[in-house]
Parts: sequence; structure tokens; C-alpha cells
Amino acid sequence: MCLAVPMKILQIQGDTALAEVNGVSREIGLQLLPDTKVNDWVIIHAGFAIAKLDEQEAQESLSLFRDGGYLDQ
Amino acid sequence: MQNQRQQKNLISRLQTFPITSPTRVMEVCGTHTVAIHRQGIHHLLPPGVRLVSGPGCPVCVTPGNYIDEALFLARNGSIITTFGDLIRVPGHDGSLQTARSQGCDIRIVYSPLEAIQIAEKTEHDTVFLAVGFETTIPAIAATIMKAREKQIRRFSILTALRLVPPALLALLSGSSRIDGFLLPGHVSTIIGLEGYSILNRFQIPGVMSGFTPGDIISSLVLLLEIITKKRHDIVNNYRRAVRDQGNPLSRRLYKTVFQPEDACWRGIGVLPNSGLRLREEYRDFDARSRHSLPTSSTEDHPGCRCGEVLSGMIDPPQCELHGTICTPETPVGPCMVSTEGSCQAWYRFG
Repeated sequence: MCLAVPMKILQIQGDTALAEVNGVSREIGLQLLPDTKVNDWVIIHAGFAIAKLDEQEAQESLSLFRDGGYLDQ
Repeated sequence: MQNQRQQKNLISRLQTFPITSPTRVMEVCGTHTVAIHRQGIHHLLPPGVRLVSGPGCPVCVTPGNYIDEALFLARNGSIITTFGDLIRVPGHDGSLQTARSQGCDIRIVYSPLEAIQIAEKTEHDTVFLAVGFETTIPAIAATIMKAREKQIRRFSILTALRLVPPALLALLSGSSRIDGFLLPGHVSTIIGLEGYSILNRFQIPGVMSGFTPGDIISSLVLLLEIITKKRHDIVNNYRRAVRDQGNPLSRRLYKTVFQPEDACWRGIGVLPNSGLRLREEYRDFDARSRHSLPTSSTEDHPGCRCGEVLSGMIDPPQCELHGTICTPETPVGPCMVSTEGSCQAWYRFG
């Protein structure tokens, strides 16, 4: 139920945006993430953007392992 | 290619992880449970490590009498709007699905905002079934604010909102031993690191994880590393989505609309300050204030062991009803009803 999907912001009007993924677009609320900008990737849950998605930071997860000394490769 | 190699490395690292004493790890979130079973990740664990499911499936922990309240509203002329997950959960006298087949107006929505759009277009009373954890609660709070701004009078919510940290506290204070938590990724986007400060008190580590197989496997390896080093860090391993501080605006917003209350978790019991109700100034949107709802007590089937499943005490196949009289087609307990329930995940994927 806490499933959430990444979508890209196409247009913004006030506290509402049009977001799109795989050719499917949807109207979403920006009340929980008001600094969202066009072209941002966000995580959508129950019709609202709840978190900004940063693809580059995905790589940081692996760095975290190394930095923390948890992985030796 | 590099990713594939990294993933293979991680799998072999998990499978061969040296464990010195029996270790129990709990995945809190129902979405993780399904991903783990669908991908067979529980078969990749090294000897000595057990992965148990937790109470992180909102539908599973919603008390049966909540469904009775929703059915009462539906049968007395309200339009019921709900996420699809709830529709098959049995109450005392049928489910929302059976009520719909009997002519009640029950509509599945993707967002609570759709519920107020429905309310705007109808003369009928419209109720949204507000079920969910911290991921969903801010969306519902924002919807309530929108309804107030638009002065929508025929709209209310029936709350069964639940908070994850009080459930973790109850688990850690109880009798089931847990050495570390795989923490729910999307709840974490809201509550952040600080939301899990309770784990520090018990010196239990946790890793916030995303939902791809790579996310889950890497989080399990990381968690085992922390456990075997006898540390109790809370680590953010879902950095592409989770900020360490979570989403403070979302938390402020839901605390403006809701206040904590003691709440019943199906199969577990009443946990202090683990639920939310609307604050006095938003009480016009409270279905329980607007309608006099019957109080009922729904008895779970005497053989149903969902409570033990939800607290990680047993695996679903240890329940005698599992796969015999309790199946996804004829569910007895809530963990078999929900697509994110661990009983259904075990039944479908093993």
C-alpha cells in the first residue's frame, strides 16, 4: 500500500502538476513538495509528490557501503 | 553489465555471509514482503539468518470493526471512496465488495483528491476510507486542507491511520527477538532518520531500503554487516529517494490536521499513540462525528494466527488454516486478504 512510482513533471499550475511515466500522464498534487520544478523526477504516492528522486544518488548507496567499511570492494 | 556484476557480487556476498550466531531480521513493510517473496530473496539468506515479516501492511492491521463502520455508512446511503486494497477485507457482515454487488455505491480511487472531486459533484454524503501509514497520511492531510479551502460540506473521512515507530516500540518491548530491521523505504521518505530514534534506545540497527531486488539484497548485506560488527546504526540505503531529514513539511502538515491517539492494530492489540484522529478544528470532516456509527466487535476466526504473523512470531505456513481453508480466494485473516499481506505472499510465491 505504500507503493509509490517515479514520474517526471511536465507542467505545473499552482499546487497541481501534470506528471508522466511510460507515456501515462496524471494530475498530481504538489502540496507536500512545493519546490518541485518542471523536468524533476519525483516519487508519487496517492496522487501527491512525496519525494524528489535523484538518480545520481543511487550510486551513492554503493559508495556508502565502501565508505562505511562494510564492503571491501 | 557493471550493475549485473555488482548484483551477482551482492548475491554471493549475502549467500556466503559469515554468521556467528542465529540472527533474526524483520522486514517491516508489506511492499518489501511481496518483493522478497516474488524474487525469492528469502532463499538467498545464509544459514543462521531468518527473515520475518512485520506489521507494515496497513490493510492487515486495520481492525475488522472498521470495515463494519464503512459497511454501515455504505448501506445508509453514503458514497464510499477507497483505495482498492481494502475492498475485499471481510467485516462482521461481508466486505465492501459484497456490499457493492448489493447495490451500494463504492468507488475505488487512486488518490484522496479524487474523493473530494466526487463529493463536489454529488448531493450524497461522500466518505473516504483513510487507511495508511506515514507515506499516505500527509496526502490525506493535504486533501482535508483542500476540502476545507473549497468548503466541501458533504465530505468526510473514516480514519484508521497508523504510525510505524510505535509499532516498532511494541515489537521491541515484546517477546519476539529481532536483531535488525529492514526499514520501509517510502515511510522513510516522510519520517527520515529521526523517525527511528526509538531503535537507538534499544540498540537495534536498521537499514532504510528501496524496493528493487538490488536495493533489498544490498540492504540485507549492509544490515548483516552492522549486526555482526555489534553496531546499531540506522542507515539510509535508499538515498535516491530518502533525505536523512525525511519530508519535514509533510510531517508539519499532518500534525496540523491530526493528533495522536491510542489505536488498535488487528492481531496485535491497542498501542499507545499509534493512531491519528482529526483535530477539533477539522472535526467537521470526521465521519464518526458526523454519523452515529455502531460499535461492533468483530471476532477473528479462532484458528487465525495473523497476530503472530504480524509480530514476526511465526511464518504463515505454521498456521493450520494457511492454504487449507485460508487462501487468497477465501481469505480468513487479513494477511491473506491483502496483496501485501505476508500470508498471501507466502501462498503465491512460497
